[in-house]
Amino acid sequence: MKHTISALVENKFGVLAHVAGLFSARGFNIDSLAVGKTDDPEISRMTIVVDADDLTLEQVKKQLNKLINIISVHDITKRNFIDRELMLIKVSINKKNRQQVLEIAETLEAKTVHVGMKTISLQIVGSLDKIETAIKLLKPFGIKEVVRTGRIAMAEE
Amino acid sequence: MKMRGAKIFVETLKREGVKHIFGYPGGAVLPVFDELHDSNISFILTRHEQGAAHAADGYARSTGKVGVCIATSGPGATNLVTGIANAYMDSIPIVAFTGQVRTDLIGNDAFQEADVTGITRPITKHNFLVKNVNDLSRIVREAFYIASTGRPGPVVVDLPVDVQMNETDFNYPKNVDLKGYKPVYEGHLKQIERAAKLIATSKRPIIYAGGGIIISGASKELRELFLKTNIPVTTTLLGLGAFDQKEELSLDMLGMHGTVYANNAIMDSDLIIAIGARFDDRVTGKIDKFAPYAKVIHVDIDPAAISKNVVVDVPIVGDVKDVLKKLNKIVKKPKIDEWLRLVKQWKKEYPIVYDSKATVVKPQYVVEQIYKATGGDAIISTEVGQNQMWAAQFYEFTKPRTFISSGGLGTMGYGFPAAIGAQVGNPDKIVFDIAGDGSIQMNIQELCTVANYNIPVKIAILNNSYLGMIRQWQELFYKKRYMASYLKNPDFVKLAESFGVKGIRVEKKREVKTAINEAIRIKGPVLLDFVVSEEENVLPMVPTGSAINRMIGGMA
Repeated sequence: MKHTISALVENKFGVLAHVAGLFSARGFNIDSLAVGKTDDPEISRMTIVVDADDLTLEQVKKQLNKLINIISVHDITKRNFIDRELMLIKVSINKKNRQQVLEIAETLEAKTVHVGMKTISLQIVGSLDKIETAIKLLKPFGIKEVVRTGRIAMAEE
Repeated sequence: MKMRGAKIFVETLKREGVKHIFGYPGGAVLPVFDELHDSNISFILTRHEQGAAHAADGYARSTGKVGVCIATSGPGATNLVTGIANAYMDSIPIVAFTGQVRTDLIGNDAFQEADVTGITRPITKHNFLVKNVNDLSRIVREAFYIASTGRPGPVVVDLPVDVQMNETDFNYPKNVDLKGYKPVYEGHLKQIERAAKLIATSKRPIIYAGGGIIISGASKELRELFLKTNIPVTTTLLGLGAFDQKEELSLDMLGMHGTVYANNAIMDSDLIIAIGARFDDRVTGKIDKFAPYAKVIHVDIDPAAISKNVVVDVPIVGDVKDVLKKLNKIVKKPKIDEWLRLVKQWKKEYPIVYDSKATVVKPQYVVEQIYKATGGDAIISTEVGQNQMWAAQFYEFTKPRTFISSGGLGTMGYGFPAAIGAQVGNPDKIVFDIAGDGSIQMNIQELCTVANYNIPVKIAILNNSYLGMIRQWQELFYKKRYMASYLKNPDFVKLAESFGVKGIRVEKKREVKTAINEAIRIKGPVLLDFVVSEEENVLPMVPTGSAINRMIGGMA
C-alpha cells in the first residue's frame, strides 16, 4: 500500500542520499519525494511517498530514525492529513478545441500560465486525486509535457 | 593560536583518549602522518589497509574502547571497506579516517580519488566529509561520540588533503549536540514490569544472550538475573564470554552449529528472554518454525532490531545493563524444576563430541589443548569457517571480551589482524588466532607487522588443506563434488620464518601440547601449523532452511 512519510532532517549534504539509500537497498521505488527548508533554514522537511507493505515499511521507518541527520520520522498515512501537489501540464490545442481545454481548466481551478499557438500550459494544485483527474481529462487533447512537484503533506493535528 | 588541520586532528585524537592507531600512509594523508611523527600516539603500520581496519576492530572488541584506523584516499580507503562493513554488522565502535583529494578536485576523477562517503554510506553508522578546517575538531569529536554511544558502530571521516593543511584556531568543542541523535539508554519501567510478570509465571523459560551483553558490559547483571531465576542461558556466537560456560545451566551456543541442548531448549521454551541479540538467521533457522510455543521478551538498545525477524511480545528498548539492573530488582524465581531437569538431561545426553581417541590430529583436539594450556584465560580470535565453529564449540569462555570473531559479515581473514589489535590493546594477555589454512592466507601479510613490532600473537592454523566449511557443504549438499575447495598451500613454517616469525609444524597428536606450550613460552609471535585430519566436519549442524532442532550429527 502507499505510505506517506514525513521526515524532519538536518539541511546537510548527503542526507538525501542516505534516505534514498535505505529505500533503494530494499528494492523500493520512491513514488515521489519533495524536500524543502522549514522556517529554520538548518532543518528541512521531506515528504516521501512509497509503495510498501506495512512490515517492511515499519523497518525502513526505524532505520530512517537511526540516521544521525534525521530528526524525526512519521508515517502519516493513517492519520488525517492534508496533501498537495503542484503540476505544470502542457497540452496541445488547435482552434477547434481551445475553448474546450480552457473550460476544463476552469472546472479544475487550474491557472493558465502560458498560451501559445499550438499549446497551452496549466498550473494545477491539489490532492493526488485532483492531479490524476486533470491528467485523465486532458489526455484526449494530447499532453506534451507533465512536470509534478511530488506530494507534500502535513498531518492535520 | 592558529594551527594547521593535521595538528588540530592529532590534538583532537589525544583529547579523545586515542593511544593507538592502525594504518597505512599515502599521499592524501601525509600531513597527518607528519603530525603523528611528533605525537606520543603509537602508530602500528599494517601491511594492508584491511589489516588496519580489522586490527582497530579487534582492539575495540577486546578493550571496549574505540578502535582507530587511517588510510589514504582512493585504494587506501576502498581497502578499508571490508573491515568497516565487518564492524558495522557486529556493532563495533571504530573510527576510520581516510585521506581525500583536495576539496576543489573532489568529483573530478582526480588521482587516487574515490567517493568514500558514498561507498561507505550503507556500511557505517555515520560518515563525514570534512570540507572546512573550522569543522574538523567538532566532526572528529562527533565521530567518536557516534561510534561509541547507543548501538555502537563504525564511523568514517573523510579528510581532504587541503583541510589537513589549512590553518585555523583550535577549538575542541566542550559538548556534542546532535539534533537527530539521542540514544535511549533507560528501559521503560512498565515494560520491565511486564517482563518480570511473564518470567514469574513461565514454565519453560530460556535466556538468549547476544553480543549486546558484552558491548554494554552487562555480564555481571546477566549473571545476577541467572542467579535470581535459575533460568538456563544460551548465547549467540558473539555472546560467547557473556556468560560463564562452566555453569551447569549454561547451554552454550545455539543455532546452526550450536548445541543440541540449546536448540532443543529454545524450540521447546514457552518464554524467550532475548537480551542484546537480534534473532539472526543463523540462530533461528527456518523462521516460521522457530520456537512455536514461546512468548518473547526482547531487550535491545536498537528499536530497529526489535520485531525485525520474530514478533516480540514485550519489547524493551534500552541499554541492556540498565534494563537488567531494573529487572533484577523485581524479578521472581519461576517454578521450573521440571524444565531444568529436562534441560540438564539434554545437556548430559547430547554433548558436543568428536573422536577424541583418534590417533591423527583432530582440529577439535587442538582447540581443547589451547584451552587447557591457557586455562581459558586467553583472548581467542578466529577466522571464519570450520576453525571459527570449533573455537566456539571447544573453547570454554568464561569472561567477556575474550572471544573475538566476525559474526555478521563472516569475514575470512579477520582473525589474524583482529588478534593484532587485541594484543596491542591487551599487552599482558595471551592472544591466539585460531585459523584455517584458507582464511589465514587472506591477511597473511600481517606476519610482517607482528614481526616488526614484536606483537606476540600466536597463530594456530588448523590446516586441513581445504576450505573446510565449503568442503563440508559440498560433501553434505553437493554430492561431494569438491569444486575449488581443495587448497594447495605454501609451507607455512617457511613462510613465517621468511617474515621473521617463529614457525612450528605439528603433525603428531603427542606434539600438540608441547608445541602450544612452547608457543606461549616464546616472547614473540609464533605460527603453529597443525596438520589436522582433512575431512573433519563441524557437527552438529542445522541445514539451512530447517528448524533448528533438526540437527545433523547431534545424536552421536
